[in-house]
Amino acid sequence: MSAGASAAADDAATITPYPDGPLIVRGDFEILSPDGEPIPGGRRTVALCRCGVSSIKPFCDGTHKLVKFRTGDN
Amino acid sequence: MTATMHAHKAQDSNAVFPMPARGPLSAELMTLLSSAPDDADPAPGLALAVESAIAAAESTTRDEDIQLSMFVLYGLHYGSFASVSAEWEWQPSLVAARTALERAFEAELRATIDVPEPPQPTRAAVAQALSALTTAEGGPSLSRYVAKQATEEQLGEFLMQRSVYTLREADPHSWAIPRLTGRVKAALVEIQTDEYGSGRFARMHSEIFATTMRSFGLESRYGHYVADVPAITLASLNVMSMFGLNRRLRGAIVGHLAAFEMTSSIPNGMYARGFSRLGYGTEVTAYFDEHVAADAVHEQIAAHDLAGALAEDEPELLGDILFGAAACLVVDGWAGSHMLDAWTAGRSSLREER
Repeated sequence: MSAGASAAADDAATITPYPDGPLIVRGDFEILSPDGEPIPGGRRTVALCRCGVSSIKPFCDGTHKLVKFRTGDN
Repeated sequence: MTATMHAHKAQDSNAVFPMPARGPLSAELMTLLSSAPDDADPAPGLALAVESAIAAAESTTRDEDIQLSMFVLYGLHYGSFASVSAEWEWQPSLVAARTALERAFEAELRATIDVPEPPQPTRAAVAQALSALTTAEGGPSLSRYVAKQATEEQLGEFLMQRSVYTLREADPHSWAIPRLTGRVKAALVEIQTDEYGSGRFARMHSEIFATTMRSFGLESRYGHYVADVPAITLASLNVMSMFGLNRRLRGAIVGHLAAFEMTSSIPNGMYARGFSRLGYGTEVTAYFDEHVAADAVHEQIAAHDLAGALAEDEPELLGDILFGAAACLVVDGWAGSHMLDAWTAGRSSLREER
């Protein structure tokens, strides 16, 4: 594998569902609105709301803890 | 050159020294550090002053003389005082003084703070234990008070109290980076990278907070308000410095960061509401808004990839991870109660004498 291909693989986006919490997105990704407009996350690693009650959707604001959101995988 | 550019110069981020002493030990340190170190033992009376201060203190956590002295001694490592000779940093008498104060402070915290029963040393179990610890029902809430009732003056006090740590935000936990290895180090760096704005000066959390202070009409130079804050506020920072600067306590600094991040998003949303309620715009609230989103990310990394992974990799540190987390919640809770109690009684939370 060339150095370039290895670097590209390292940068590939990953999405990790954290137990009772958000989806953590790392790597090379872009979040777009339905119209195709970029939604800036402001940071390299972002947390996407998975419980539905965040006030800053699509991002997580930690409110899942108040509603006792459970993912049943822990 | 503009005033804004001046505020970005490194020397402006240093506290004024000496500051008013709060007892015999801090008085001795202020005098000692106002000159350059001598080749002979430059501090013959210091060990005795430390011993007397510890013996006299009813509580090291709430003792004004001890907490200010610890703040000053840690300041040598952070470089908080431009006018103090850097030669003092590793001067044996000062290191001995700091170590003796730390032993007393740590022993008191370990004796006072309830630590939960350790779970299995696995990522999932540790993250769950930290989650249970950080979501336990607390007493009256500072963040709720700030959101709904705090006056303009109280919001100013809140920023002044916070500034002792937040103008150097993230630095105490960064001491742990070279003290950790492997995936745990990577997790801490992932969090700290964001704390330092991914290397963009204006996005550094400490700098966003400095903008908040200036926009509110306060001084943003580091340490400007140290003389105004009580021992318990200094203790909140000294706990982090102690955990971060001692490799043997790396479990505790990791637990501290996890608890800090896991109790941050929701209160920061409330703080933003408080400032908006009194008409402040995004130049003041940006810091709090930033922490709602940032710490929702950090808390997952801190619980699972940092604290959980450290417990798996070094299971003997599990007890300290939980101790550090509990210490963060308890000591910051005391600092918060201090403000809340003062305000609900119609008093200022700042020190009267300075």
